[in-house]
Amino acid sequence: MNKSFERLINGIWKENPTFVLMLGMCPTLAVTTSAINGVGMGLSTTVVLVLSNMMISALRNIIPDRVRMPAYIVVVASFVTIVQFLMQGYVPALYSSLGIYIPLIVVNCIILGRAESYASKNPIIPSMFDGIGMGLGFTIGLTFIGIIREILGNGSIFNVTIEPLNDFHITLFGMAPGAFFVLACLVAVMNVVRKKMEEKGKPLPAASGCLGGDCASCPSSMGCSSDNKTDNNQ
Amino acid sequence: MSYFTGLILLLVSSAIVNNVVLSQFLGLCPFLGVSKRVETAAGMGGAVIFVITIASFVTSLIYKFVLAPTGFEYMQTIVFILVIAALVQFVEMFLKKSVPSLYKSLGVYLPLITTNCAVLGTAINNVSYGYDILESVINGVGVSVGFTIAIIIMAGIREKIEYNDIPSAFKGSAIVLVTAGLMAMAFLGFSGVI
Repeated sequence: MNKSFERLINGIWKENPTFVLMLGMCPTLAVTTSAINGVGMGLSTTVVLVLSNMMISALRNIIPDRVRMPAYIVVVASFVTIVQFLMQGYVPALYSSLGIYIPLIVVNCIILGRAESYASKNPIIPSMFDGIGMGLGFTIGLTFIGIIREILGNGSIFNVTIEPLNDFHITLFGMAPGAFFVLACLVAVMNVVRKKMEEKGKPLPAASGCLGGDCASCPSSMGCSSDNKTDNNQ
Repeated sequence: MSYFTGLILLLVSSAIVNNVVLSQFLGLCPFLGVSKRVETAAGMGGAVIFVITIASFVTSLIYKFVLAPTGFEYMQTIVFILVIAALVQFVEMFLKKSVPSLYKSLGVYLPLITTNCAVLGTAINNVSYGYDILESVINGVGVSVGFTIAIIIMAGIREKIEYNDIPSAFKGSAIVLVTAGLMAMAFLGFSGVI
């Protein structure tokens, strides 16, 4: 039980996928035009992440090592399709505003990354809590960015207009360039925090997504290169 | 408006007006990761043009002749991602055997493209906008050319800002994101063209 709780806190705080690991940047930038979109995207990613983590953990001794990446992708894609159907049926407004980014959850670095680095090595229950923690961490990150962009770009929070702010809103922040600017400021703030934590002697884990330097550090591309290795062996 | 004019408009709109990176945020990973030098950016762009064009053609063929007649449209996400992964492997093997010179310049980038969301995104968009096979290929060419334009401009700017005096907090990926934001603002100017 202790370990599960530790996993939960790890995902939400210590290794927050948005703020610390900087994973899954495509949806982070694309869907955070409003706070409610951020929550919706975060929660749907959480559902897929929890289910795929449990499934991959349950199958971890069955899936042969050489075909593990394609197997993970099939598992994730199946759950994404299920979530897509549920959203289309029950929250059609959110479904249409998230649009193409729902099927693109399949290629989200966070999901394949957790499958590869945690769920494939650990039992079902901790993997489930790892998924919940990471998913909630991602949801919090997206909601936070969504709130900032909605206040600046639209003068409202969760579609509730705030009168004094509404007079000064900058439409640009709701559009594409605003997403880049808000994320740039976030990365800059995190750079300062990283430096402070290092001085304190408690360094944060390095950013492991595409912002960490190059694509090769992305767990999903690591899978591709190991696929190639098996090809060369044949 | 004739079919042919429609195709040209589609090409311009997918390459510039709705730029895949700067207005749709697809393919951000290579855009931020492989844009340090112009040569590598151009290599990545070439590989992306190659893969997205072929993937658009193959996925729309599969959708039209396999998934749609059998009523398995809802399987598109699973089928497309597997087809793209297999296709990238196949293209890599083919280039290695028959066009080694091209393989030498594109080979390193090919494995990185499998999970690039721009490829899957384009394939899904082709279906959801109801494009026929020729339109899908044209859209694929447009999207990937747009990606190449964006990543080469970005690499050119990054080679210059390397020597600038940047506040320490903004060093690294933060200043790259600010640059991307300014580029996105510039590309917003095209939005009234079509």
